[in-house]
Amino acid sequence: MLEIKNLHVKLEEEDKQILKGMSLKIGEGEVHAIMGPNGSGKSTTSYVLSGRDGYEVTEGSATLNGEELLDMDPEDRAAAGLFLAFQYPVEIPGVGNMTFLRTAVNAQRKARGEDELSAAEFLKEVRAKAKTLKIDADMLKRPVNVGFSGGEKKRNEILQMAMLEPKMCILDETDSGLDVDAMRLVSDGVNALRDGKRSFLVITHYQRLLDYIKPDVVHIMSDGKIIKSGGPELALEVEHNGYADLLAEAE
Amino acid sequence: MARADLKQRKLDATTERLRDFAMPAGGKWAREAREAALLRLTGMGLPTKRDEYWRWTDPSSLISPDDRRAAVFDAGEPRPFTDIDALKIVFVDGVFDAEASDELAGENLEITRLAEATQADIHWASSVYGVLEERGQTPVERPLGALNTAFASDGICIRVSGVVTRPVNITYLHASETSDAVLHHVVKLEEGAALTLLENGPAAARFNKCIEVEIPDGAKFNHVRTQGRDHERRAVTHLYARLGSNAAFKSFTLTANGVLTRNEVVLELVGNDSMAHVAGAALGDGDFHHDDTVFITHDAERCESRQVFKKVLRNGATGVFQGKILVKKDAQKTDGYQISQSLLLDDDSQFLAKPELEIYADDVVCSHGSTTGAIDEQALYYMRSRGVPKTEAENLLTLSFLAEAIAEIEDEAIAADINDRLVAWLARRGHGKG
Repeated sequence: MLEIKNLHVKLEEEDKQILKGMSLKIGEGEVHAIMGPNGSGKSTTSYVLSGRDGYEVTEGSATLNGEELLDMDPEDRAAAGLFLAFQYPVEIPGVGNMTFLRTAVNAQRKARGEDELSAAEFLKEVRAKAKTLKIDADMLKRPVNVGFSGGEKKRNEILQMAMLEPKMCILDETDSGLDVDAMRLVSDGVNALRDGKRSFLVITHYQRLLDYIKPDVVHIMSDGKIIKSGGPELALEVEHNGYADLLAEAE
Repeated sequence: MARADLKQRKLDATTERLRDFAMPAGGKWAREAREAALLRLTGMGLPTKRDEYWRWTDPSSLISPDDRRAAVFDAGEPRPFTDIDALKIVFVDGVFDAEASDELAGENLEITRLAEATQADIHWASSVYGVLEERGQTPVERPLGALNTAFASDGICIRVSGVVTRPVNITYLHASETSDAVLHHVVKLEEGAALTLLENGPAAARFNKCIEVEIPDGAKFNHVRTQGRDHERRAVTHLYARLGSNAAFKSFTLTANGVLTRNEVVLELVGNDSMAHVAGAALGDGDFHHDDTVFITHDAERCESRQVFKKVLRNGATGVFQGKILVKKDAQKTDGYQISQSLLLDDDSQFLAKPELEIYADDVVCSHGSTTGAIDEQALYYMRSRGVPKTEAENLLTLSFLAEAIAEIEDEAIAADINDRLVAWLARRGHGKG
């Protein structure tokens, strides 16, 4: 599904290398988690994959089902099946949540050569999906993320994910700022999308989220690359001992 | 050069220029109003770029005798407001078109062409014509308003005696490449009356238009206009209104294209508990200079005024905003709001803004803000990451930027019509000029 090979990335503005040979391979239907200390390059990985400006890829590649992502515009990556749930979802005053969602769904369908959803079809689908995420009609009407609480913003991300039906979902610290109830709600939303084909990359600081979204593989990232990979037990080890031992081991 | 010499030179140039103007013949009241306006004008002189309020907008091409050509532009689409049921009045290059216009009558309406009203020795329009324009000359001189009062060839005088639900829609067609039109409308509402006035169209190669609106106690005036997409047209407009108590004024203007547009709005709140909202959306691409100059005087208690002006500029277009709220000593509990913003779609465009507050009352809430910015890169990335193509995302963000101004349009059908035109303008981007 997603294959990152020896990815080297630096910031465009300053000559600072962030990713230094990041490699990762996620198969169809798999759930991988990346953990790691602050500044290790976890979020940068998600931004570079989704096509945010300000980064320069100096070496390496990232492919989705064999297609090179790094050459594509962000919208083409989305149409190809990539989705990033943002750590800090962006507020867009003046653009209605529903309008935005429908524009996005239909733009992707159009890019893939599929028929656009009619207003009625879209409405039916979005209402059903919003309901399971406890997103009320008012939230759908409001401008995108404007005045949303932290939890509402994250639920809105998951709603977008559910509507866009991507093949590869990246969740960037989706647990940050969530209380236990909200985390369960968001996790249920994510788990509902696990169908054995869709793949997930979950970026998190805490093992807690992984109790709800059970990963197949856990990676530890440090200083711009993966330093260790293992099963779910690796996350527990981090929870108990912190990163110090793992980092020392990698040295 | 000494100040006195400059002024004398200005007055000499004005005298020289006015030789080409002929005051229309008329009855006693009109003659007096026009001669008084001419006297005001010759006392002030025609504006030049040296004048404080013309510093950012060069008035010379609005005045000069040179042939100001403007190609006639066929948008190839229905005119604005065609789906709105309205009493239709049509001018072509500033000349009334009786064939194309409806009968000038309606319930609670008394409508007369200015060209006819001015023939009488006595007419109700005399209580408004040139009166608000004259009041609006202080503290800021508006010589092109006086010029209009002195020389306007025609216009519409509307007296409203009750609530009128069907709007009056004035369409200004442009047929001659060299037309130079001067029109002056008068609207006099009775107490508790209400009227919606729509205006659309480029009017002429060069257009000078005044509207004076008397809004007494409990009356309501609603105004929406679009100024025509002819790229080379020039226009200077003045909209004057005086509000009694519990009165309401709302005006929205859409300007897309036009090489030079100066829209002045001069409002005076003289009765308590009234509200005045004035808003505008301007879309400029290339050779486009758009100027909103607004002056709102609060001279009564508990009145609310709002100014919401948004400009989208690209390809070297220029936007100007000069907006003032003057709160007089006794205008306590005034609530004044003013926002002027521009969205620059490239590095070549510019926005010049001068927001002003002058407050003499001590118990008021007044806020103003002015911003110039580009498309929000974060929002753009977010939308693109969801699969929305860049241009579509930019268009959505542009519409959202304009939304606060569009929200000032009260009628939903009219707002939808305006919104469709914004969408179409944006869609034409990249396919030649809008």
